[in-house]
Amino acid sequence: MAEEKEEAKKEEPVEEPKIGVYVCHCGINIKNTVDIDAVRDYSATLPNVVIAKDYMYVCSDPGQEIIKADIREGKINRVIVAACSPRLHEPTFRGTCIAAGLNPFFFEMANIREQCSWVWEDRAANTEKSKDIVRATVARSNLLEPIEEKIVDVVPETLVIGGGISGMYAALDIASAGYKVHLVERLPSIGGHMLQFDKTFPTLDCAACILTPRMVDVGKHPNINLLTYSEVEEVGGSVGNFTVKVRRKPRYIVEKDPVTGAIVCTGCGLCATECRLKKIPNEFDLGLGLRPAAYLPMPQAVPACYTIDPEKCIMLTKGKCGKATLESTREAIKRIKSGEVTPEQVKDEIPLCVATCGPNCIDFDMKDEIVELNVGTIIVATGTDVIDPNLQPEYKYGVYPNVLHGLELERLLAPNGPTQGKVIIKGKEPRDIVFVQCAGSRNKQTGYEYCSRVCCMYSIKHAHLIKERIHDANISILYQDIRAYGKAFEEFYDRIKGEGINFRRGLASEVYQKPGSDRLVVRGEDTMLGEPYEIEADLVVLATGLRPADGVEKVVEMTKLAQSADKFFLEAHPKLRPVDTAVDGIFVAGCCQGPKDIPDSVAQAKAASSASLIYLGTGKAKLEAIISEVSEDLCTGCRTCEALCPYDALEFDAEKKIMKVNEAICKGCGCCGGTCPSGAASMRHFRDLQIYAQIEALTEALAPPS
Amino acid sequence: MATEKEEFEPLIVGITCNWCTYAAADLAGTSRLKYPPNIRLLRVMCSSRIHPSFILYSFARGADGVFIGGCHPRECHYIDGNYKALRRIELLRRMLEQFGIEPERLRLEWCSAAEGAKYAQVVTDFTAKLKELGPSPLRSG
Ligand code: FES
Repeated sequence: MAEEKEEAKKEEPVEEPKIGVYVCHCGINIKNTVDIDAVRDYSATLPNVVIAKDYMYVCSDPGQEIIKADIREGKINRVIVAACSPRLHEPTFRGTCIAAGLNPFFFEMANIREQCSWVWEDRAANTEKSKDIVRATVARSNLLEPIEEKIVDVVPETLVIGGGISGMYAALDIASAGYKVHLVERLPSIGGHMLQFDKTFPTLDCAACILTPRMVDVGKHPNINLLTYSEVEEVGGSVGNFTVKVRRKPRYIVEKDPVTGAIVCTGCGLCATECRLKKIPNEFDLGLGLRPAAYLPMPQAVPACYTIDPEKCIMLTKGKCGKATLESTREAIKRIKSGEVTPEQVKDEIPLCVATCGPNCIDFDMKDEIVELNVGTIIVATGTDVIDPNLQPEYKYGVYPNVLHGLELERLLAPNGPTQGKVIIKGKEPRDIVFVQCAGSRNKQTGYEYCSRVCCMYSIKHAHLIKERIHDANISILYQDIRAYGKAFEEFYDRIKGEGINFRRGLASEVYQKPGSDRLVVRGEDTMLGEPYEIEADLVVLATGLRPADGVEKVVEMTKLAQSADKFFLEAHPKLRPVDTAVDGIFVAGCCQGPKDIPDSVAQAKAASSASLIYLGTGKAKLEAIISEVSEDLCTGCRTCEALCPYDALEFDAEKKIMKVNEAICKGCGCCGGTCPSGAASMRHFRDLQIYAQIEALTEALAPPS
Repeated sequence: MATEKEEFEPLIVGITCNWCTYAAADLAGTSRLKYPPNIRLLRVMCSSRIHPSFILYSFARGADGVFIGGCHPRECHYIDGNYKALRRIELLRRMLEQFGIEPERLRLEWCSAAEGAKYAQVVTDFTAKLKELGPSPLRSG
């Protein structure tokens, strides 16, 4: 039945083109340097142009009315407006066509303002150029075809990738609006980098105090399916219906009952207390603190479920812990669970963690689990990591233990950190402290040319926090520019300056150890005074910048999102579509799009959730209409296009030995059409013949008569 | 002869992607930058849409120059279309020579949506270069 309809459609006679050309004065913007009358009169002579008019502002309401009337009265069935750029008003005039009952793809714009009247002053030359542009547009208009826009249903669920502050806020907003959210975090707990901070600039709020209640909200929200210690493995489909595979890594501790969903691990922490290994560097403290193999990354973790580190736990790596082996443990656990024995009775057969675990939640046989999801939209909030300080060996990071980077200092300052908030380096409180700004960032050598935006403010904050703890500390901040651009930043900077911090303009060129002591010397040039300096220090802090988080390449590969030159995700428009991406239905939030502070990350998260909610709320998504097509008759099945398609939208039909376009995936770049040797692959609205016609029209005066 | 050369106004067929170079051309206009009126742009969605035959056809029809514009490497709206365009065009350039068309008549540039000034400069330079080369050998008008 459907096929019959298709047939019927094809046979419908295509109406002869009747083109209306409307030349816009744009006030004086076009009129001053283009002879409007000449262009209008010339247009009227072109093939199938039945109406040629000019108007002061065609985009104004009365201007649009003229076009609508001509369409409604059946005078024209194609519209050309010779005015500004299609990037500006194509959507406006497509709307005009729709309102008058004409397929919007019969509209075409001739750009005689941005690309003609504004860029040259010679009226005669501009008029000729405008005529050429209109002629090419008419040639194209004659070959246009109607295109139907497809609307698809949207699965009312969202996937949020990344459980830092941005991902959490995006998830909370969507969940609170009543839609299901799947929040995937690769670490054992949500919270992200913000949880590693002591205080936040410029207000000096305690980061954990403002963040942890929100973490709890996420953890217990009925609409949020929290998948921690999990990674997105595969993203398929398109806006409205993405199919996603998430790998849940085994924690070896049962978080929830698979059937009832009831919490199993209570987070009591006895396994960690009993664990034989105690000296594993804790990632959360950047290795400055230690943890056992059975661990909670930080006390406020959500979920409050312990994890056994598979790379460290001796039972998992060697199959043995104390007298117990994997075999004996398996057997004993069975017997404990059946009530046959108590853990005490079999204590030689099981490791200490199993023996102490009340709810019996340790399972060394736990395997990876793949969760399949269907979601309508995706929010990527994969965040940021610190630029490798080793890229600047002159600062001797990793050589001297009293050279730290900003995030490490943050852990020392944090009350939940390895030193409970005391700044202690090698057992001593430092007196002389030097901050080196722009470490890693704004530097062609390291490859990170951008400003990381947060380091100035965090160093100023650090200086204050150190002063709070060590009143007589001598603190110098070596900078090239202080960027205090945000709300209340300048005032904060001003206030901290008054605390006796020494700001010196001129970055350090080198850090070295003073011979015979463990004090450091920071050397550089003061660009204000124009003289070299050497400052002694007990602690040097590199104000290291931010880069996209590890694993961003994998996200790019799965989602096909584009990156800008700095490797952060590229937004669809730098000003007007800051959280949209080139892929419909996928949004970005937070530092994965570029370095930003907490308020900006939250703002972007809320923007991304609102953009997502447009789809979820309406339940509908428009698919890209301008996409590729492969002619069954012309395709020879060479499969050249298949390998080049950036979205894998072309599939080989083994039976017919031809290529097929997957309409839901094709984004309409037209690469297949640009490569097809037989002219079979083509793109709607940008067909080979339409483009040839434009070229032909442009070169009319030059070509030999055919 | 010299006067004739002075009067020669080359015609450039430009084909650019919608997202970067076409936007750069718009920005050059919005910024009221000036560049010679010899270029006319066709818009496609991505530089990877540009089949080599579009370029050959433009030359066959007598265009004095063909300008191709796309997004900077890694900034293509469709991931890596511009790399594909680059490969095709470099191959084509070698062929052009064998057809007797100076390879300099084909110019490929990446201009981001923010590089209106670069676009204006490129068109100015390219127009000057084509004036130097003189009319295309395939031009009859
Ligand atoms: S979109 Fe500009 S080159 Fe691909």
